[in-house]
Amino acid sequence: MDSIAIELRGIDKSFGPVHANKNINLKVRKGTIHGVIGENGAGKSTLMSILYGFYQADSGEIHVDGKQVTIRDPNAAIAAGIGMVHQHFMLVENFTVLENIMLGAEESQILNKGIAKAREELKRLEREYALEVNPDAIIEELPVGLQQRVEILKALYRRADILILDEPTGVLTPAEADHLFRVLEQLKSQGKTIILITHKLREIMAITDEVSVMRRGEMVATRKTAETSVEELAELMVGRRVLLRVEKGAANPGDVKLSVKGLTVKDGRGVTMVDNVSFDLRAGEIVGIAGVAGNGQSELLEAISGIRRAVSGDVQLNGQPVNVTGHVDPKDLRDRGLAHVPEDRHHVGLVLKFEECENAILGYHHDKRYLNGVFLNVDAIRKDAEQRIAEYDIRPPNARLKTANFSGGNQQKIVLAREMERGPDVLIIGQPTRGVDVGAIEFIHKRIIEMRDQGKAVLLVSVELDEIRALSDRILVMFAGRVVGERDPDATEGELGLLMAGVEGRKEAAE
Amino acid sequence: MDFFHVIVVLLESTIRVSVPLIFAALAGLFTERAGIFDIGLEGKMLGAAFAAGAVAAITQSVWLGLLAGVLISVCLSLVHGYASITQRGNQIVSGVAINFIVAGSTVILGEAWFRQGGRTPALAEGARFQTITFPFADTIREIPFIGPIYADLLSGHFILTYLAFAMVPISWWILYRTRFGLRLRAVGENPGAVDTAGISVIWMRYRAVICCGILCGFAGAYLSLAMTAGFVKGMTAGKGYIALAALIFAKWRPFNIMLACLLFGFLDAFAIRLQGNPLPLIGQVPVQLMQALPYILTVILLAGFIGKAIPPKAGGVPYVKER
Repeated sequence: MDSIAIELRGIDKSFGPVHANKNINLKVRKGTIHGVIGENGAGKSTLMSILYGFYQADSGEIHVDGKQVTIRDPNAAIAAGIGMVHQHFMLVENFTVLENIMLGAEESQILNKGIAKAREELKRLEREYALEVNPDAIIEELPVGLQQRVEILKALYRRADILILDEPTGVLTPAEADHLFRVLEQLKSQGKTIILITHKLREIMAITDEVSVMRRGEMVATRKTAETSVEELAELMVGRRVLLRVEKGAANPGDVKLSVKGLTVKDGRGVTMVDNVSFDLRAGEIVGIAGVAGNGQSELLEAISGIRRAVSGDVQLNGQPVNVTGHVDPKDLRDRGLAHVPEDRHHVGLVLKFEECENAILGYHHDKRYLNGVFLNVDAIRKDAEQRIAEYDIRPPNARLKTANFSGGNQQKIVLAREMERGPDVLIIGQPTRGVDVGAIEFIHKRIIEMRDQGKAVLLVSVELDEIRALSDRILVMFAGRVVGERDPDATEGELGLLMAGVEGRKEAAE
Repeated sequence: MDFFHVIVVLLESTIRVSVPLIFAALAGLFTERAGIFDIGLEGKMLGAAFAAGAVAAITQSVWLGLLAGVLISVCLSLVHGYASITQRGNQIVSGVAINFIVAGSTVILGEAWFRQGGRTPALAEGARFQTITFPFADTIREIPFIGPIYADLLSGHFILTYLAFAMVPISWWILYRTRFGLRLRAVGENPGAVDTAGISVIWMRYRAVICCGILCGFAGAYLSLAMTAGFVKGMTAGKGYIALAALIFAKWRPFNIMLACLLFGFLDAFAIRLQGNPLPLIGQVPVQLMQALPYILTVILLAGFIGKAIPPKAGGVPYVKER
């Protein structure tokens, strides 16, 4: 069992001035699950893309099964027995499962001949690995967990012996993630080699045999999983000691700041996304909304913050009604003390081509502070931005830099600084740490708790269950547009997981 | 019987005007399904019509004319491909540019070469397509109903007309039953999936663009070599845009495209037939309204009143490997 499936020697890769991989060495033993962890931007994905032939390394060697190979494109990777399950699935959504699996491996010019063969092969794979899926189902109609299964089947169909999974659990419920891990164990027992890329330490501890840690483009350590700890790995990732769990005192809830009653929201296709949701948010508390992505949390946030029109429902901000079923001016809400950190900072929160200081006043550009008559007071804007940069430790500290050039964590800090610094009564935050590195997560979590302790009402939506549990004073779980349960933050992960999967909730709703 | 005769004549001219629409819309189908929007159908068709007319006039060969039309159209397609695939430019801008360049240069070249005010010389019989008469057409014509349908509706068209209608099932078969078609549709929906499967996105899209060029070439050659005897400036008269509207109206599906083109062709034929004659109950209908109907119908469709037209997901977006 000691033979090496993959060996990388001295892999080096730069994108312009960014040195993404610096002299990387990695050995992955056959028939093991090997974890690769690191913060966002540490170079994990780049390294795996090189292995899969998406990019070419500037220098270095790749050895598969002891033989040196040149991987110029994904075809060469497939030929070398390497398969990849991408973070964002590489599936054609309006194709069937079978069509997706065949794509690129059709065997003949005319499809009919290959289809029967593919169907048979797929059945064999299903039997062998217990990966069942209806070959004629359309991808976009399948739940995310099954879509991922199709990605795995795609790789197995191409006879991959080495499987790379890039952040595979980001979109899964805890139960689906557990199932995925069982599948990976099964694959391992059949002799497949698996490389698991993740930033979730818990997953690494749960499933891998060995783990390699990357930091700022370098491979800093490789450990046997059994011989390391979460704390050690976190420290290796960040390069300093980190607090994995934020300290917070008991909440001291005050008056109701935001009251939502019977809110119902439909999407563009007329599908009900938020179904009769009611809750109160009080000053000095953090209410977390947990749920698997796509269960109506986004639409709920959008309706409350005035971006999306609700079908029915009653929302009160500071005791005054908000016309959520009609036209709401987000500026008006802002003036009334509601700040919103949107889930998707790239599309809603920031204009990436703007300078940092311009983004720092988006939505607040009517503020008299920033105006000279009808003109912008550029000096005041920059001075304010520089102050904010210092307070929030935004790096690099340059207010004139294009926002696209900041890392995800620093971009998020720009948005948070903008929304928090006005001292809103109600702060609505969507996915505060999506694509944010561990060091910055710690900072952001501390700030959110500070806001609470200052008596602000915080509504937090996150698909990271750990984050919800760490920050919230109360947890509401959403499933299929409904709030299916309310729990204390010390509820077990299993309990919340069942609610998120809609298993427990149905019983509760029926009672 | 007179009414029946009118219907047959109307349908016969519907088929005649639908042919370039079908070719052009199918051309658009191939590129747009591969993710390249093509507003330059009009320009390619016009360029092909000119090249076909000019070459046929000089060589007196209809086949050389057709070949020239297809070649020019493919070249223009490759220009569009180079701009939008390799250079990742804006596909609308590139398409519009082609339309303008062709509209201007055909007139200039035509005038320089033939001195007939931008026309190409009228083609003699051998240098243009002849209609094909089915066997026994004249004998069968006398049979009521079936006769005229056989003799006037089915028989008596150009070979390109039959080809256009044959291209509908052929295009369907290519798109849905071959490896090429599977990959082409995939590249228009999620090019990343195609790239990771080890297929070149760029080469797939170029091939789609070439298919588009060939079909647009047929459309243009039909105009100058079959429908009329030579090229007249601006002779496409917006047919490329109508084809684009038909493509959207048909929700990017081959058989729907045929029906949409026949519908738009019928409206056109009807408008010509109607000129000056009032409609019963409605009265005089302005020709302009009839001519605008295809666009109006398409806008109504896009507004979501007649089902939903979902374009290929990656349409109009140049493929860049994520970094």
